[in-house]
Amino acid sequence: MFKASWAYDEAPESTNHIQLKKKYDLYIDGKFTKPVKGQYFDTIDPSTNEIIASVAEATSEDIDKAVEAAKKAFVGWSKLSGKERGKYIFRIARLIQERAREFAVIESLDGGKPIRESRDIDIPLAANHFFYYAGWADKLAYAFPNRSPKPIGVVGQIIPWNFPLLMAAWKLAPALATGNTIVLKPAETTPLTALKLAEIIHESGLPKGVVNIVTGAGETGAAIVNHPNVDKIAFTGSTNVGKYIQKAIAGTHKKLTLELGGKGANIIFEDAAIDQAVEGIINAIFFNQGHVCCAGSRLFVQESIANLVIDKLKNRMETLIVGNPLDKNTDIGAINSKKQLQTIENYIKIGLNEGGEIYQADCKLPTKGNWCAPTLFLNVSQSHRIVQEEIFGPVLAIQTFRTIDEVIEKANNTPYGLSAGVWTQNGAKIFHLTQKLKAGVVWANTFNKFDATSPFGGTKESGFGREGGLHGLKPYVKFD
Amino acid sequence: MIPNLDNLPVYDTAGVNERIARFCSRSIKSNSKLEGLKLALSMVDLTTLEGKDTTGKVQQICYKAMHPHDTLKNIPKVAAVCVYPAQVAIAIKALKGSGIQVASVATAFPSGQSSLEVKLLDTKFAVDQGANEIDMVISRGQFLAGNYQYVFDEIVAVKKVCGQAHLKVILETGELDTLDNVRKASELAIYAGADFIKTSTGKIQPAATMQVTYVMLDAIKDYYIKTGKMIGMKPAGGISTSKIALQYLVMLNEVLGEKWMNKNYFRFGASSLVNDILMQLVKAETGNYQSGNYFSKD
Amino acid sequence: MSRLAIQKTYKLYIGGKFPRSESGRFYAINDSKGNLIANMCLASRKDFRNAVVIARNAQSSWANSSALNKGQILYRIAEMLEGRKEQFIAELIAQGETAENAKTEVLLAIDRLVYFAGWSDKYQQFFSCINPVSSAHFNFSVLEPVGVVAVIAPEKQSLLGLISVIAPAIVGGNTVIVLASESKPLSAISFAEVLNSSDVPGGVVNILTGKKEELVNQFASHMDVNSIIYCGADEPLMLSISELASNNVKRTTFYKKNDWASDSCESPYFIEKTQEVKTTWHPTEI
Repeated sequence: MFKASWAYDEAPESTNHIQLKKKYDLYIDGKFTKPVKGQYFDTIDPSTNEIIASVAEATSEDIDKAVEAAKKAFVGWSKLSGKERGKYIFRIARLIQERAREFAVIESLDGGKPIRESRDIDIPLAANHFFYYAGWADKLAYAFPNRSPKPIGVVGQIIPWNFPLLMAAWKLAPALATGNTIVLKPAETTPLTALKLAEIIHESGLPKGVVNIVTGAGETGAAIVNHPNVDKIAFTGSTNVGKYIQKAIAGTHKKLTLELGGKGANIIFEDAAIDQAVEGIINAIFFNQGHVCCAGSRLFVQESIANLVIDKLKNRMETLIVGNPLDKNTDIGAINSKKQLQTIENYIKIGLNEGGEIYQADCKLPTKGNWCAPTLFLNVSQSHRIVQEEIFGPVLAIQTFRTIDEVIEKANNTPYGLSAGVWTQNGAKIFHLTQKLKAGVVWANTFNKFDATSPFGGTKESGFGREGGLHGLKPYVKFD
Repeated sequence: MIPNLDNLPVYDTAGVNERIARFCSRSIKSNSKLEGLKLALSMVDLTTLEGKDTTGKVQQICYKAMHPHDTLKNIPKVAAVCVYPAQVAIAIKALKGSGIQVASVATAFPSGQSSLEVKLLDTKFAVDQGANEIDMVISRGQFLAGNYQYVFDEIVAVKKVCGQAHLKVILETGELDTLDNVRKASELAIYAGADFIKTSTGKIQPAATMQVTYVMLDAIKDYYIKTGKMIGMKPAGGISTSKIALQYLVMLNEVLGEKWMNKNYFRFGASSLVNDILMQLVKAETGNYQSGNYFSKD
Repeated sequence: MSRLAIQKTYKLYIGGKFPRSESGRFYAINDSKGNLIANMCLASRKDFRNAVVIARNAQSSWANSSALNKGQILYRIAEMLEGRKEQFIAELIAQGETAENAKTEVLLAIDRLVYFAGWSDKYQQFFSCINPVSSAHFNFSVLEPVGVVAVIAPEKQSLLGLISVIAPAIVGGNTVIVLASESKPLSAISFAEVLNSSDVPGGVVNILTGKKEELVNQFASHMDVNSIIYCGADEPLMLSISELASNNVKRTTFYKKNDWASDSCESPYFIEKTQEVKTTWHPTEI
């Protein structure tokens, strides 16, 4: 009805300023080190499925070395004054800012996310996180009144592929500020920005062994989790793996924080600013191809406005540009991996088999690479699998509701509890809902906002512990 | 009949700003940029609205309207020239045969603080002088006092006097305070018979913004969904560079789409915009960044 | 002729009622000389299951009661306990405490209730914050109760330990199911009588008596329990709790301490153990 006719020409971000090596080694004890077993794996551009670089695969022998280096470094790093620690972290923040565009391009290349997002969201937020926690390093006593916080020791950090550098920042910055040393493993499909970060950390002069970055897949992660000299595990990823880790470290001295899956409810009331709510729905589910643990993947629309909202939503979906992640006009980039694409496609099949009514934006998808058109499912209910399970892709399940109590009950009717959204212009209704929704983060009249100062994390099976803000310090300290 | 203003959509400024940011982050390059610049040029209502306007001045801008930059091939003329009622006859004469419309402001422009009688006479004078388009102002005082019926009736009355001339209704959004008010005023204007709704007189700051334009486009969209009738949109004032104009066009493209992407349904009320577009077009052709010295003022 | 004393029957405390175990089983508590003090209900996993349902149903209205109200109710518990302190001292003595220790424990337990009663409308101010985000949003983080908490109470200091663990949990809006000290369960059930006469809504505190080896794994594995607190130092048991807790990403807290009398047992950080941080965002532009 309102089809856009003006097609924008390609506006690719320039890539000639980025420096990428053909081959990346492990960053252990302040040196780029070849893996003991000499094995490497390829990291792939998901928009073309072409190889970008080969990356070392760390085995338990390498993890031993990394943990050993971190343990040795802990002695000096934990004794260093907070002021000095903070200065290193500030320096890392600045170096990221200086090379922000290079990071953004590599992030989009390696992970498939639109350059608009990596440039405007991922990379600046990552730098901000270092900047925020740098300032805490010499003020920790004020964060925990009447207690004396101490660093925990060697921290093993395992991060996902959806926000590679940002997740590295969320993990590293508070751990460093509190005086821990770290072995960090990026996801196997998106290791490059973490390895570039290793270069920056090296340039920053951070004492060797304080941060060690090792690459590999699940087995590498398991070697970190099970290493006896690791004192704490911080994991972001799927709920299944989170449960496995919680079980694996049972009976050990290891501390744990988990940031796991979600199935966020996004609730639109009839008295909402409809047009902005529609924009909020788009942002809630299609941000980063829906590869977002806190995505608003369950939409609840009040029945009186359901048709209007769905029409507007479909209409808006038609203007989304799916394609080359490096094109500045791209709204939705590539699905991160073939495997993830299969998962998403499988869920779409399940949705269809369960009788859901599908709507997909009529957009041209590139022929090479991994792509998924923005997708809605109508006529689904709480008992549909696509409503219950985390899909981690651009697939939205839409349900309608009539009353406030009904929608609160349905929104909370999930084992997850990470995020929720509420759209209404009625102030009391906002506070009523934000209090009743079981979630670690509630967005009212907005969605998918993040900030270094703002604690983020889940309840129920979405994990425990917070990242960001004052509350993000606690997972990295211990008390007498 | 006056529309029901109680159940209008409301607007959340932060949300509108976010959407605007998305439009502004579109990167318009190569052919799509040339296409956009030419389209924008064709949509300009080249405007002079000054107390000191004279025959000479009006003739100069009329010539500029017809010959924006003769050394550039394949560029469109502007859509219209917009003047005070007293200058309409001069413009009509100067633009004869060019196909360029003559728009006249009316109704005690810019404040609208006069009697309905005077406003109707003002309008009638402009129409009689030959204006094809009338840009009226709404009574903002009455609007803010809650006298919506008054505002509505006034527009209906002016529309009647316009006859064949197109009616653009200026909301003067810079005085309406909130986006919700902008929507309300848009609704009144559309239902009272406006052919176009227009943001500003250019005499009040802020003039056109993408935020208010967005809300007005949304009103146009909803009216089209309801009635199938297309209303035009004219942001005016403050749109001085090609970059801003292209951002407006991105918004138009993504909100209302192809049917509105022409001068029959979208205009820019501007003056200095024309030269900036021309400089961009010449730059695209020659590869060199341009100087104002090479582009005629009026 | 001497009068035959009326002996007290100790039952479970679930949902504000005193049912017997659905299993009909019991176990005997003897004094140091082997004389029977009382027969305690040997709670079954079904009793626990019922208690969880009731605790779940009671949780949101308890959490929604005002902070002031929760504080007053905790204070009311202290008042009622103060009024019956002689009974509690006697029961502790009967279970093997010295007279002096028994008295100290009961008095400390009363004071501890008062201590946490006072936190009810303050801990939120201590742990919450406004986050100065870079965008035009009002952003704040507050604590919310984790929900239903299963507690394995300390084996020793069976009254003071129990109160020290459940007071911070309930003052924070959680509901609890407690497994009382296995060897010294009397005080817990008598305390239930205090709770029952103290305006504590039914289901907020549920007290079971029984065997750890039978029930702890049920506590740890129940999918509708959000958090488990274990007081003790049994390493294999802690391993088992941790493993089972992973089924639903349950929050685990282990208190290995022996002495619940020390001042270090009084801090708002005990309340924080059964709280979640919730962050809320709203635009500020108009």
